[in-house]
Amino acid sequence: MINLNMLRRRMVTTAAAGALALSGLAGGNAVAQDDPIKVGVLHSLSGTMAISETALKETIEMLVEQQNEEGGLLGRELETVVVDPASDWPRFAEQARQLLEDDEVDVVFGTWTSVSRKSVLPVFEELNGLLFYPVQYEGEESSENVFYLGAAPNQQAIPAVDYLMDEVGVERWALLGTDYVYPRTTNKILEQYLMDHGVAAEDIMINYTPFGHSDWQSIVSEVREFGSQGKKTAVVSTINGDANVPFYTELGNQGVSASDIPVVAFSVGEQELAGIDAEPLVGHLAAWNYFMSAPTRENLEFIQAWHEFKGDTDAVTNDPMEAHYIGFNMWVEAVRRAGTTDVDAVKEAIIGVTVPNLTGGFATMMPNHHATKPVMIGEIQPDGQFAVVWETAGEVAGDAWSDYLPESANIIASWREPLLCGNYNVETGECSGQNYGD
Amino acid sequence: MQRNPGYWRLLVGLLLAVMVCATVHAETDDTAFAEQVAALNARSFDDKADAARAIASSGHPRATTILQALLDSSLYFRVIEGDVVLAEATDDGFALTDPVTGEAAGAATQYEVRRVVINNAIRGEVRDLLARSGLTSDDPSVRREAVRQLLDNPDPAIAEQIGGLIDEEPRADIRRDMALVLGLSRLQSEAAADRLLALDSLRGSLADRVRNEVRTLANDDPDPAVRAEAAQMLAGIEERRELWGFAEQVFFGLSMGSVLMLAAFGLAITFGVMGVINMAHGELIMLGAYTTYVVQQLMPNHIEYSVLVAIPAAFLVAGSFGVAIERGIIRFLYGRPLETLLATFGLSLILQQLVRTVFSPLNRRVSTPDWMAGSIEVNAAFSLTLNRLYVIAFALLVFLGLMAIFKRTTLGLRVRAVSQNRAMARAVGVSSARIDALTFGLGAGVAGLAGVALSQLTNVGPNLGQGYIIDSFLVVVFGGVGNLWGTLVGGLSLGVLNKFLEPQTGAVLAKVLVLVFIILFIQKRPQGLFPQRGRAAAEG
Repeated sequence: MINLNMLRRRMVTTAAAGALALSGLAGGNAVAQDDPIKVGVLHSLSGTMAISETALKETIEMLVEQQNEEGGLLGRELETVVVDPASDWPRFAEQARQLLEDDEVDVVFGTWTSVSRKSVLPVFEELNGLLFYPVQYEGEESSENVFYLGAAPNQQAIPAVDYLMDEVGVERWALLGTDYVYPRTTNKILEQYLMDHGVAAEDIMINYTPFGHSDWQSIVSEVREFGSQGKKTAVVSTINGDANVPFYTELGNQGVSASDIPVVAFSVGEQELAGIDAEPLVGHLAAWNYFMSAPTRENLEFIQAWHEFKGDTDAVTNDPMEAHYIGFNMWVEAVRRAGTTDVDAVKEAIIGVTVPNLTGGFATMMPNHHATKPVMIGEIQPDGQFAVVWETAGEVAGDAWSDYLPESANIIASWREPLLCGNYNVETGECSGQNYGD
Repeated sequence: MQRNPGYWRLLVGLLLAVMVCATVHAETDDTAFAEQVAALNARSFDDKADAARAIASSGHPRATTILQALLDSSLYFRVIEGDVVLAEATDDGFALTDPVTGEAAGAATQYEVRRVVINNAIRGEVRDLLARSGLTSDDPSVRREAVRQLLDNPDPAIAEQIGGLIDEEPRADIRRDMALVLGLSRLQSEAAADRLLALDSLRGSLADRVRNEVRTLANDDPDPAVRAEAAQMLAGIEERRELWGFAEQVFFGLSMGSVLMLAAFGLAITFGVMGVINMAHGELIMLGAYTTYVVQQLMPNHIEYSVLVAIPAAFLVAGSFGVAIERGIIRFLYGRPLETLLATFGLSLILQQLVRTVFSPLNRRVSTPDWMAGSIEVNAAFSLTLNRLYVIAFALLVFLGLMAIFKRTTLGLRVRAVSQNRAMARAVGVSSARIDALTFGLGAGVAGLAGVALSQLTNVGPNLGQGYIIDSFLVVVFGGVGNLWGTLVGGLSLGVLNKFLEPQTGAVLAKVLVLVFIILFIQKRPQGLFPQRGRAAAEG
């Protein structure tokens, strides 16, 4: 009963919002026609996250430029509105509000860390904006206003563990991560997944370190001891950003090679390796949905365009950049289908939109606002690139709520009629809509 | 590894043994060999592994070169022709060599060739294959590496091959490792007496595999005498490993402490001696690290010496920034600690953004010279990483250098004079403004030196300094303001404390506990470990 009521209320509000938006459009139509479509970019250009996020801002600028060269969208020019939240989480929320209220952008591409996404989420839901999120994350979320183009755990972590278990024969697992929400949730899922597959508790080691940790001596020594017990051991690393460089250096110095204890990382890509001497890392692994080394025509064109845009033939591309490429093209296609940039119309039109990815396949937007992606395991090469050693047979659909956590096993998300819910419990039949806070 | 059937290994081993004896030099067939080399570029990794094994057993004189190239990632294939070539990077692409004949095969651009990709399984296998032929090398270091590599490989064919070589081996240390391989393989003997003998031969070794095999025997051996012997030996091994583990923790602690103390020395001078709260101290460290990067860019062919050149360069760069900061900002703010704090904090943000604009927000890559990479192995359970050893030594040198400056030079005398009684020092003719600038420059220069050391341990990026500013203040306050000895002892003891807490509590909690400890300590003893005595202390 409650559920039905809620649904009805939701539909009424949606309809009202739609009508309002339509009337607004109709009223200002003659003027609006020549106004540019505004694309908001919400990425840190200073502070700790600038290292990763600057390239994403430039990716969107490049994609907008390309789209304008092809004649824009709906006969209108596209224009980027760039803000700098400076790696400061509350600032993300302020600037999201500014983008939506003052700049009146039609869509926002942005945020990297989960905490920044969680901080802007209420703003996007309150002001009914559109956010395209490009980074792999821990799942356990599905908002009506957010599209998750990065990998959910079942599109990165779980296949990577499958590969190590089945192809490499790993029996002991060291789960190392930086101490924040993404590694903690991912490791919780992985721990449950490993136990379900018969790995004993004493064969799993979990360790967290602070952001930017640089003294890895004792942890690497502990891992070495953990891996010296005669069973094949691997490290599953959710270590974030900068901390990876001293971690790998320490592995090399203590003589742990990839053939002894391979490290599979979920946050180390081409961009991160550009700052390291990759020679000692050869053979360590990373799991992503895209590698710069993918030998497809689309990818080569993308890399070439990127090099031209950057004016640097050494510039690298990486997985979150591909996620923006896919997200941007999906949004363009949805706007085209809807014939308007109106948020509610685009939200409805985008589900089921399929666009080519850069690795020779296709990405489809699923009703839970996650996309289908292929999963690849790459080994690090001496030049800082990855060679793909394994990939899933086809694309994997992202699962918003992990089936391996007891608290979310019964939860599904679908933003299609009749469910229209991001957190629906199939057992109790209730929609809590809970995405943030506790 | 485990997927290959044993007889295959035996066959390879025997074939290699034949090749090794070198009495029968097999008539080599270049065409067949060329086919095997081409098969290294097969589609599936299984086929590639087969090809590598076939090459190893071919006995062809070029086999080792090709396998080594495969391992070193210098084996390529031409995209259009599809043939496998050896490629060496040149200024504008690659110089190619025919793998079979060893003759030059022209050049190629980076778009015309692709690397032959292998995975970890093949890499491990090729390493083993190479190690087997390396056992008979004339170079003792190659032989030692070969035996080490094979120590973890339980293949009986290897033990057989090594059994044939051990008596001719001239080097005692290599013989010892060879005996380990033999002992380990004899642990599998049928007769309990043989197993006991093998156990006895392994006594004294702390190697991982020895420990694991002994443990297996202690738990599962059918013979009670062997079980008892193994259990007793296992207890001995575990005890000694624990002891060495303790030594390792002390080393880790000293090494972490030496980093803390290096980072804090500069602050001990600017904050400790001059009383200036310099929030931009971390950024001066960062400038030192970037100087190392620039020096390496300027001398790309001499990476080995670049770090040595970077040491004075970083001192001068950070030092002159320090003098400029003192002359431009700080001298107007003496005696106003709050304003100094805010001004230098703003300065730290400006310096960070400056570096971001000049060098890009991305981390810069600073290479580690070969003589600093790797480790010295004391025994199987304890080794000292070289880069850490150098940093410890460097920190001590900086400490001695600073002590010498303060105790033995006129500058040091004047610095002490100004810090103890400014008015009196001026009265006897010391230019206090000049001394202030030089002292601050010296502190900044030492921060630059810390940057050189840190560039070898962590990322060189705009945020490098932020991670060290709080730690540096902690060390200086804990050790006692205005005392270099305090910084030395404070840094080292905090490092060791941290490293002993870390395995029990995890890195995050260890940091918290150290902080709580310092807060409590400062409550009890506000003047720090080594308080400054005399008039300045009384005034302060």
